[in-house]
Formats: sequence, C-alpha cells, structure tokens
Amino acid sequence: MSGPQLRHVGLNLTGADTLEPGEAESGLYGFWIFLMSDAVVFALLFAIYGTQLAGTAGAPGPAALFKLGPAFVETLLLLTSSLTFGLASIAMKYDRTCTGLVVWLCITLALGLAFLGFELNDFATMAAQGATPDRSGFLSAFFALVPTHGLHVTAGCLWIVVMLVQIATFGLDARVKLNLLRLGLFWHFLDIVWIGIFSVVYLQGTLG
Amino acid sequence: MSGDDLWYSLFGRLEAKALPFVRAWEHPTLSEFIGAGAGAMVVVGGIAVVALLSWLRWWRPLFLDWLTSLDHKKIGIMYVVLAAVMFTRALIEAVLMRTQQSLAINAPGIVAPEHFAQLFSTHGTIMIFFMAMPFLTGLINYVVPLQIGARDVAFPLLNSISLMLTAGGAGLVMVSLAVGDFSTGGWSGYPPYTGKAFQPGVGPDYWIWAVTLSSLGTTLSGLNFATTIYKKRCPGMHLMRMPLFCWTALCTSVLMIFAMPPLTLATALLALDRYADFHFFTNDLGGNMMNYVNLFWLFGHPEVYILILPAFGVYSEVISAFSSKELYGYISLVLATMAIGVLSFTVWLHHFFTMGQSADVNAVFGIATMTIAVPTGVKIYDWIWTMFRGEVRFTTPMLFSLAFLVTFVLGGLSGIMLAVPPIDYVVHNTVFLVAHFHNVIIPGLLYGLIAGYMYWFPKIFGFRLNERWGRISFVCWVAGFYLAFMPLYVLGLGGMARRSQALFEPDYRPWLIVAVLGAFLLLAALATLFGQLVVSIRQREHNRVPVGDPWDARSLEWSIPAPPPEYNFATIPHVDRRDVFYWRKAEEKTYRAAERYDDIAVPKNSWIGPIVGFAGAVCAFGLVWHIWWMAILGFLAGWTAVIARSFVRDTHRIVPAAEVEAAERRWLAQVAAARPVPRRLEVNSDNVGLAEPFPAPVPA
Amino acid sequence: MTGARQSSRSAGTAAARLGRPRAVAVALAALGLLPLGGCGVLDHGLLGAAGPVADETRSLFYLVCVILIFVAGPVLVLTPIFAWHYRLSNTRSAYRPQWGFNWPLEGFIWIPPAIIVVVLAFFLWRGTHRLDPYKPLASDASPVEVQVVALDWKWLFIYPKEGVASVNELVFPAGRPVHLSLTSGTVMQSFFIPQLAGQIYAMAGMTTQLNLAAHEPGRFRGENTQFNGMGFQTQKFVALAKTDDAYRAWLAQAKADGQTLDMTAYKILSARAVQTQPSQFGSVAPDLFKAILALDDAGAHAAHKKAGQ
Repeated sequence: MSGPQLRHVGLNLTGADTLEPGEAESGLYGFWIFLMSDAVVFALLFAIYGTQLAGTAGAPGPAALFKLGPAFVETLLLLTSSLTFGLASIAMKYDRTCTGLVVWLCITLALGLAFLGFELNDFATMAAQGATPDRSGFLSAFFALVPTHGLHVTAGCLWIVVMLVQIATFGLDARVKLNLLRLGLFWHFLDIVWIGIFSVVYLQGTLG
Repeated sequence: MSGDDLWYSLFGRLEAKALPFVRAWEHPTLSEFIGAGAGAMVVVGGIAVVALLSWLRWWRPLFLDWLTSLDHKKIGIMYVVLAAVMFTRALIEAVLMRTQQSLAINAPGIVAPEHFAQLFSTHGTIMIFFMAMPFLTGLINYVVPLQIGARDVAFPLLNSISLMLTAGGAGLVMVSLAVGDFSTGGWSGYPPYTGKAFQPGVGPDYWIWAVTLSSLGTTLSGLNFATTIYKKRCPGMHLMRMPLFCWTALCTSVLMIFAMPPLTLATALLALDRYADFHFFTNDLGGNMMNYVNLFWLFGHPEVYILILPAFGVYSEVISAFSSKELYGYISLVLATMAIGVLSFTVWLHHFFTMGQSADVNAVFGIATMTIAVPTGVKIYDWIWTMFRGEVRFTTPMLFSLAFLVTFVLGGLSGIMLAVPPIDYVVHNTVFLVAHFHNVIIPGLLYGLIAGYMYWFPKIFGFRLNERWGRISFVCWVAGFYLAFMPLYVLGLGGMARRSQALFEPDYRPWLIVAVLGAFLLLAALATLFGQLVVSIRQREHNRVPVGDPWDARSLEWSIPAPPPEYNFATIPHVDRRDVFYWRKAEEKTYRAAERYDDIAVPKNSWIGPIVGFAGAVCAFGLVWHIWWMAILGFLAGWTAVIARSFVRDTHRIVPAAEVEAAERRWLAQVAAARPVPRRLEVNSDNVGLAEPFPAPVPA
Repeated sequence: MTGARQSSRSAGTAAARLGRPRAVAVALAALGLLPLGGCGVLDHGLLGAAGPVADETRSLFYLVCVILIFVAGPVLVLTPIFAWHYRLSNTRSAYRPQWGFNWPLEGFIWIPPAIIVVVLAFFLWRGTHRLDPYKPLASDASPVEVQVVALDWKWLFIYPKEGVASVNELVFPAGRPVHLSLTSGTVMQSFFIPQLAGQIYAMAGMTTQLNLAAHEPGRFRGENTQFNGMGFQTQKFVALAKTDDAYRAWLAQAKADGQTLDMTAYKILSARAVQTQPSQFGSVAPDLFKAILALDDAGAHAAHKKAGQ
C-alpha cells in the first residue's frame, strides 16, 4: 500500500483499511466515464429538442410558455448549490471535524430541494395552461429534456441524504470521502447541464 | 371498485388469452400449436431445471458459489452460459423461419404471419442483445484481467449487476413465450409501427424493456472494462504492450459507453410514447419517426463494431499463437482498431439511404462507410502476414480463423456494395441485406467467439476440448453458413423482401430449399458444439492441462495454472515488453516461485447482483402488463438494495499468504513433474500444458 | 497423434474437404446443382433491368463488382497459400518467429486499399448524384405524375392530372418518365419496383419522390419491402408499362368506372386489409393527396382535436 495511490486531488484517503490500493483512483475514474455516458444522453435530448421545436402542433410554443423569471431563480439556486457543494468539499479536505461538511451539505440539499420546488411549480403552471406532453412533439421533447435533469437532481438530493446518514454512521472513512467526491462530480455535472437547458430552452425560447 | 378495476389494479392487462396454451385451445391451428409448444418448452424446461437442481442438491452451490460470486472468471462463464441458452432458442427460430419460407411459396406453410413476425423479432433481438453481447462480454470478462495481470475488474459488484441485468432482460424475452407475445416490429423496433396506435398490445413493451435492461447492463460493463484496462494493468504493462485482445476490448468498451445511451434513449422515448401519450415518434401531433431511426442507428452502427472488434482481438491472439509467431503489424492493428472505433460513429445514415436525403448527404455517408474498409483491410492483411514465415498449426480455433479470413472478405464485398447508395436502393430491405449482415456477423463474430471459446477453454476449465468433434462442428458451421446465406444474395438481387412470411415467386423455391438445408446444418453445428462439450467433459481426465500453457502461447494468462486460482496471480507480474510470457519462456524464466507471497484481498460474494437483476426483471414485467404495484416494487427493491450495499463495509476476504504460497508450490511441483510436449503433439493427451521450447532444441 | 497429422493435411483447402472429404464433396455438388433450376430468379431484380434508371444502376453494380475483385482477390489467394505453405509439417518453409514489422509491407497494406477506396469514392459520388431518386429523368416527353399513398396493406396510385386513381396497379406509358410523389397513410413503408428503379421510403405527413421509366411495355412486380404488419407479405402490386394507346385506353376504362375517390372513400380504403385484385376510381377529389398529407400534419390534427373538445 504505497502512498500516492491512496491520494486523490490532494485528498488524503490513507488510514483506510477498507479501501483497496488504487480503488479511490479507479473509483473516481469510473464515475467520470459514467458521466460521459450520461452526457451523451443529455446531448441527444438536446438534439431531439432542437428537431422538435417546430412540432408544436397548435399547442402552446416556447414563447407562450416559458417565463424567464422563475428559470433565472432556478439557475441561481442551482449555481449557488454548486458553490456550497464546493465549500463542502473544502471542508471535507481541511476540517478536522465533520461539522462544516455536514452544514454545507445540508445547505446544498436545501438549495436542491428549492430548485425542484420551483421547477415543479413551473411544470404545474404549464400544465394549467394546457401544455402537457401529450399535446405536441415540442412539448414531448421539453418534458423529456427538463424533467430528466430534474430526476437527476432528485437522485442527487437522495444521494446527499444517504451520504449524511453515512457520515453519521461511519464518520469520514475513505469510502465516504470517495462517495462524496463522486457526488460532487455528479452535482457539478448537473449544474453544467442546467446551464445548457437555461440557454437552449429558456433563453432561446423567450428571447430567440 | 368493480371486479374489473380490482383485476386491473392487481394484474394489469394479464388475462387468460395471454397464455399460448389457451390460444391454441381456442384456435387449434398448427401455428398456434407451435407457439404453445414453445411456451410449453419454456415452462417444462423451467420446471425441469428446478427439479434437476433440487435432485442434485445444487441450489446452494448455484447461489453461493456462482450467482452471488463477484469473481470476474465466474461471471464470465455465466455470461457465456446465458449466451449458449439464448443462442439455442434463436437458432431454432431461424430454422423455423427458413422452413416456413421454403414451404410457403404460394402455400400457407406452417407458421402464421403473427408468429412469423414474432420469430424474426425475437431472433434478431436475442442474437444481438442476448447471444452475441453476453458471449463477447463473457470472454472479455474472463480474459482481459488475466491478460493485463490484474486480480479482478475495477468494479466487481458492478460486473455482477451488469450480468444480472442482462440475464433479467433475457428472462423477460423467455417469459414472453409463455405469457403474452413478443413484438412484431423486428429487432430495430421502428415506430410508428411499434407505437401505441398500431401495436396496442404488450409485444413492443416486452421488446422495449428487455432491450433496455440489456442496454443498461452493457453500458455498465463498458464502463467497468474501460476502467479496468486503464487503471488495473500490472506494473510495466503499458498500453502498447497489451495483447491485442485487450485493445479490442478497450475499443469495444469505449463504444459501449458512447453508443448504448442512444439506444437507451430511443427505447425510453418510445416507452414514453406508448405509456404516457408523448409524441416523439407518432405520425400525428408533431412526432417525427425519423428521430427514432437516427437514434437507433446512432447506436446500431457502433454496435456492429462493439460486436466484431472483440472477435478481431480473438483472431489476433489465435492466429499469432497457432502460427507460432509474433503478431505482424501490432501498431497497425492498434491504429486500425481505434480508427474503426472512431469511424463507426460517422456512418449511421447508411442504414437508411432510402429515406430521401439529398444526394450529397448520401454520398458523404457512403464514402465514410467505405473508408472503414481501409482499416479493416489492413487488419486482414496483418493476420495474413502473421502466418508468413510462421509454423501454422491447424487446430480448430485456427481453422475458424482461416474460414473467417476467407468468408469475411465476401461479407466485406457486399458491405462495400451496400455502401454505394444507388446499389443500396435496389437491395435495401431485401434478403441481400440479410445475407450481408449474416455474412459479416457469422464469420466475423460467431467464428471468433467459437475460436475464442475453444482457445481459452483449457485455461478456463483445465482440460482441452475434443479436437475431432471440434472439426466436425467446424465443417458444419462453415458449410452451413455458405448454404444458408449465399442463396440469399441471389434471392435479394432477385428482389425478395426480407421478413416475408409467404412468397409468390416459384423461381425462388430452389434457393430457399438450399437455404433451409443450410439452416438445418447450422443447427447441427450448434448441436455438435454441445456434443463436443459433453464428450470433452467425459474425457477430461485424459486431456488435463494443469500447467496451463497448452498452445505455447504468448500472453500472461497462459503463465498461470489452468484453471487459474481465484486471485489469478499469486504475485502480481511485472512486464517489460510485449508477448511477455513468450520471452520469459525463451529466456527460461518461467515457473519460478516468488521470493515472498503477500495476503491477497478478494471480493466477498454478494447478493446484490442477483437482487438487482431480479428486481429489474420484475419491474419490467410489471411495466409490460401495466401491473403498476409490481413495477414500483421492483424499482424500489433494486435501488434499496444498491443503497443498502453502500452501508456494507466488510466487502473483502483475505486469502492468507501461506495459502497462496502452498497452492503455488503445489502447482510448481506439477510443472516440475510435467513432460514438455512438442507442438505437433499438442492435441494429444500428452499435452499437460507445458510447452516444449519451439522450435525444438537441436542436439549439438 | 492422428489429429495433428490430419490437421496439417486437410487445412488450407476448402472447408468441404475436411472430415469426410468424399461424402461431403458429393453432397455439396448435389446441392450446388439444385439451384440451377432457379436461374430465372435474377431476372426479377436489378439484373433484369427494364428501364433507364435500373440500367444505369446495373452498370454501376457491375463496375463495383469488378473493382471489388482487387479487394477480395489477394486475400482469397494469399490466405490458403500462406496457411498451407507455412504449415508446421512443412520443414522446408522459412521460420522467423520474431518478424513482426516491415515498412514497405506496411505501405503495401495501407496504400492500395486506400487507393481502391478513393477510386470507389469517385464512382460513388458520381453514381449517387446521377441516380438521385429525386432527379428528373432526361426525356423529351413530359413525365407522368403519380401520387403514391402507402396503405396497410395496399398501394394507392393517384393520377392528379388525369383525375383517376388505382389500387395495387401502377399503369404508365412505356418510354415516358414517371414522377412519383410518395407518402404513407399508415406506418413507414418502402416502395420498390426492382426491375425499374431503387426503393424509397413513404412516411406519413411527409413526401418523398422517385423517378423511373420503362423501356418497353411490360409487366413488373412492385412491392413494399418494409415490414408493416400481418399483411406485409401480400403487399405486392403490378407495375404495367403500356404502349401509349393502351395507356390511354386504360385511362378511359378507369374513368368509365363510376367510383369517386374522396376523403370518405379514402377512409374506407385505408382500413387495414389485404386487397388481392387491383381496382380503379373514375374520379378523384381535387387535392386529395394534400389532404392525406395533412391528416398527419401536426397543425391539422391539433385543430381537429380542439374541435373535438
């Protein structure tokens, strides 16, 4: 068990008897690959959204449906949550106790849930306007792209909860740290995807 | 709540008519009887397996030693077993289809259109997703960690989950025989035909969820293998020192990572159309089925290379080993493999030249398609020049490789023809196309898989396969292939549409008769393959190769005992060049005890894989039949299991150093007692897996 | 022991020689003779080309075949020769186990295939543009316009200028180009008359085009090649190229048929069913084809749905 293999991005994972040498590195690497695969899914959803833009079939289109205000608030919430997750990572790296980490994770979770609340409210408003996915190809594409991201955020929130329980159970052992690193990647990835959604769907829909 | 509502909430769309036996009772036709017979085979077969396992008291070992195992070697074997079972079904279906066609020239034949359509749909779906993919995933699983000097894959548990998801999908296809019916939309499942408006029944749903399970499993496998190859190589095993099979496995994994998401998405969106009234691929309300076609082939074309590249890897290993020679043009082969991988994403449109794109678009994609012929041709020549100035031994794996070289080229020719759009216009959707893709997949992929199975079998089980039966099987595979598919080229040029349940042109008859004979010969070929296995198991005591190197081969997997210990390598090897085992043999540095042995941590068995696979299949079955409680239950059970597992810290078991050393010393004693065998006697019972230096040392 | 000897003796030659050489050879020869009874099969397809488009496609096909000899030839020759010559039992052949790279040889295996592909690419580009199904055929005569609607499991042909329509029977004058506009009233299908031209998909809500012609009067088989359900295998039609006079006679006879093809008749016709005998409509509602296209046009459907609510 040599030292370098047990470290990752400056995060000391040593003293972890449950972790095989090199597991941290390949564990994180594998998650990057998973994200690439997931990114392909989103890329294709964006592409389909693009091709279905015209297929409004008489149902409300982008200009009529999208409100920049709530979308902007959602963007702010999610971007801030990315920042707070970053702060959680820093706390994990430098703090001797778990307190800072837990606090930042809780804030991130709260922001994530707030984001989901706003998003669900958006969907409800659209549904009230008669904009449901069974109305047109465009709305189908919208309701495939944006809620898929929403489901990812939901999964992320669930994951944060699981991690909080794990911190309570195991403290900060190497596997908890590794999982937090993966969760961080996931959370920031969702942020990037949201920026795509905000630009392609909301900005282009309302301004374009 | 009325009775109907109660029934629906409990059992969804299930009804008595879903059972083929009931249908056969109500409409006693030959076709329905064949359907009921197939359903009965699933039921009776299932009961027989359960009874046999109980009789032999194998339930405990089955679960505790195999299904819950995280050992990449056992998982690899289970993948191949799954492939063999599904292969048998899909091949019988193929024979049934050709029989129908040869009988149904201006006659009804024996299979009704509904059943015929299910036959070609399940045949294609199974052969691709549940035969070819598991088979090659199994080989990669078994061989790659051994070749790169690793003790396991990067994520052993994920490996088990991948296997079980795939098995769950395969189980769903099997269940469709006995409950309800399968899709009639072919393996590609084009909407709007597979949409709710045209197919309201459960068929397309079975297809969607079976393929989705397999697709998820495959994505995870790809991720796992890529990480394994990038991160788990032993010291000194640079990328450019890896055996070629590892390179092809790496390329296939990368393709899996990028090419499976489009398929998952295509099936998911089709499911949204069918379940939630979305309009992605419907005719009306702004749906656009061309999106599906693009998504599907964005997966479908790389899929072809996902399938064939590992087989190319097998040929590289086999031809080099049995030519007793270094592989010619290693760097060329690596470059060609990677080039094929990249190009495979640039040609998907050639699957639908006839959709009315502009000539420019068609021409560009046609040329891109032909460009793939260059690296493929380079590979072929590399293998041919590997034999040059070698000492070629005609063992069965080598015979398959030679048959591949010759036959695959013919498939390549028809591929280039199809790449020319105007020629494609006249043979697209005809049996010419069917002949073409069978002509690349059977010699290209299947022969490779069989060659790999026969080549590595002694390593995996510790004894060689019967060579005589292997040759019989080889003759059947090759002759059967030519008889079954060459006539289809002719028929396709004669304008015969694929997927035809009945025909009206008497001129087709003689060719269809030859084709059906070929199909039966292929079925015989599979039977002889099983026969070979049975005979070999009976003769195993005569054919043991405990030392582990029966073919005088060159890469690391041959440097360890056969079968290998659970931890693969007693000590992690250090590599200083390509073909490291060959050079160690040449320098007489093999079979030596290490200075010291360490404790080895191996993953403990886990129930998570089987639970997730089963939960996935249950969820899928619930979705197919609209049994919502079941679908939700399955979904939650799967995820709960995964989350619960993240709370388990005690995941590894230590094999003490003393135990490792004792096993190693026992093996070294066997090596010392073994008599080296010269190459000309390698298929003889003298072969215990210790190769005589070759060429034999000349006495001074 | 015997295995090793057998193997070196038999391999490298055709697979047929392995195992029980004579019996297999006899069986193969017998099977080989069997198809001779069915040589006429090729006449039904591209090689029985009966029109300018098919003619040119056939020439391209032969050309590609000739070029491909240079692709397959070396492999088919070298593989058995090398395998046989360098067999283990041949003690006179050279053996260089560590020979694995050679620059000139690398050039030999990369460059010629690349050149062949460049040559093929040239013909491909030219052929694809010449044989673009959308490209009108060069001819003095004006093309016959036919609108084709793919139905389950039959074909509807509308002659907008002549105001007639037929089902499962495409009649046109030989020697004059025919311009087809295709759509589908149901799932995607593929329109194909093998002896006259290549195929093209017909898709609901969209139009594709195809140009074809026949040299001489004749009867050709047309079909759908894209599986579309239980009547798929029976979905064939007759393409009848007639002399000018016969074509006019056919038009007159069709017109004499009193039936009118309007939306109502179309709805009845488009029900999923197999129609074995061709039939005609004496008159066609104007712009029916557009109306059929609009059935699956997004806007029309939405309006329809709104009206329904």
